[in-house]
Amino acid sequence: MNLSRPARITLRIAAGLGFAVIYVPLLLVLVNSLNPDRSSGWPPPGLTFHWWADAWHSTGARDALWTSVKAGLGATAIALVLGTLIAFAVQRFRFFGRETLSFLVVLPIALPGIVTGVALNTAFRTVLEPLGVGLGMFTVVVGHATFCIVVVFNNVVARLRRMAGSYEQAAMDLGATSFRAFVDVTFPLVRSALVAGGLLAFALSFDEIVVTTFTAGPGVQTLPIWIFSNMARPQQAPVVNVVAAVLVLLSVIPIYLAQRLSSDTATGSRI
Amino acid sequence: MEGKAIRLQSLRKSFGKTEAVAGVDLEISDGEFFSMLGPSGSGKTTVLRMIAGFEPPTGGTIELAGRDVTRLAPFERDVHTVFQDYALFPHMTIEQNVAYGLKIQKVSKADRLRRAREALADVRLDGLGDRRPSQLSGGQRQRVALARALVSRPRVLLLDEPLGALDLKLREQMQIELKELQREVGITFVFVTHDQDEALTMSDRIAVFNRGRVEQVGTPAEIYERPATPFVAGFVGTSNLLTGPAAEQVVGETGTFSIRPEKIRVLKEDRDGGTPDASGAVGTVAEVVYLGDATRFLVDLDAGGRLTALQQNLETSSEDVAAYRGSRVRLQWQPRHTVRVPDAP
Repeated sequence: MNLSRPARITLRIAAGLGFAVIYVPLLLVLVNSLNPDRSSGWPPPGLTFHWWADAWHSTGARDALWTSVKAGLGATAIALVLGTLIAFAVQRFRFFGRETLSFLVVLPIALPGIVTGVALNTAFRTVLEPLGVGLGMFTVVVGHATFCIVVVFNNVVARLRRMAGSYEQAAMDLGATSFRAFVDVTFPLVRSALVAGGLLAFALSFDEIVVTTFTAGPGVQTLPIWIFSNMARPQQAPVVNVVAAVLVLLSVIPIYLAQRLSSDTATGSRI
Repeated sequence: MEGKAIRLQSLRKSFGKTEAVAGVDLEISDGEFFSMLGPSGSGKTTVLRMIAGFEPPTGGTIELAGRDVTRLAPFERDVHTVFQDYALFPHMTIEQNVAYGLKIQKVSKADRLRRAREALADVRLDGLGDRRPSQLSGGQRQRVALARALVSRPRVLLLDEPLGALDLKLREQMQIELKELQREVGITFVFVTHDQDEALTMSDRIAVFNRGRVEQVGTPAEIYERPATPFVAGFVGTSNLLTGPAAEQVVGETGTFSIRPEKIRVLKEDRDGGTPDASGAVGTVAEVVYLGDATRFLVDLDAGGRLTALQQNLETSSEDVAAYRGSRVRLQWQPRHTVRVPDAP
């Protein structure tokens, strides 16, 4: 499509502004993590790796990072199993309530985190606490899984929709049992969708703060919660900058990979 | 050895309230090239899928080589399928695709590689074993699907409109190749198609399907020359039926009659000639369709009704035949080519 010259220029400026609003603050965080001035004065009087060393030795940050990784892996594992199962049920079989089911699976991602958080908090305390299971890592993992399932489900459903059902039938026709057909044919064809969904699920869980606040007990501090509670402390501000900068760099990887993987088509040669 | 490869008895299949297959009885012999011909929605593909084991029948039985397989899973039947969309595994090479069935059967690696290569050579695809399905053309994929289904020599090969996605030239070429292949391997082929030419060209016998039932089973010649029902007369070949008063006046009897268009000669009304003892009718040419090698005349009979006549363009050109439009003609054909069509039961 061809656009007029003024339209082209206007759209370019608008797009430039949009990206600037998103990415300039991130750049600032990166710069400030190297800013020797404790209160992030501008312009930076010099360049230092002092805060990076500080952050490396901060046990609070390291513990929180480890907690987040564990919660993310747990939630992703649950999401992969349940999300894939539901995706297959919805896409490969016709049954009563199929539409409702896929609606109910996708809904949690649209629900405000605060609602999910309050609801889970109440439910966990009324149901789990009498059984001796208090708020902690387990409840965080379950809370995260509620919305992580969605991204896995969406990725797998999209892949199955593009993938002809006759592949499985062809395998069975050639003598494979249903299980063998899944291992040899179906799984290899949905594998990249699973990886993409898993990466997105992990990324979602990793930066979640609202649901986490309501489902984590006092002893459990994920990285976002650690950042949030240390941001206000002037002592810790530079270290927070470093942690934020590291997170930006880390989140680039799964998103990049997920995009590469989900753009592969089911019939492409690169599965 | 004239065994029965397949025997279907009062086979039925309903999807919800719609009855896709409404009681089909068929016997298919060993080594036969058998076609199931019919319009879309006539139940032919559903019958094929029931033989393969992908759809459980609502009623009736399926026997393969004398064994009741009605309730068996696809992998328990000695039947392989060539799918309409080929269903080649995209993450495997051509060779791996062809060898997959042998791998399941635990044939040794060296053996299955050798047999896969032979099967690929049989369908003239030697040397392409390392490619992926996405790197092949439609016709090549079609051949891979054939090789994959034939490599372990099943008792029966089912083909679900396998030529549908190919262009005309390739389709005609594949028709001949398929027929030759079938003769070579001697395996029973059950071929589903909606294309009457395809069915007539390739088959030993044809079953014509309509609304979930078999209307007629017979050799191509029987189906074409002696249609058992008005539907068969209309679906196979050009519909050319005389009924009611027109039939009474032209044929001299009541009932429904079929006359194939290529059996009818078109003569100018005022011109003598033709055979004296021939059947005939007079009428006006309503339309002339020039087909290159032949011309189709649509003639409105004075007795009522319309007949189509097909004439080879032996001595006539497009200008000559165009002049026929609107003119009075006399149609002539041998009395034995007037075929009584029994009314649908």
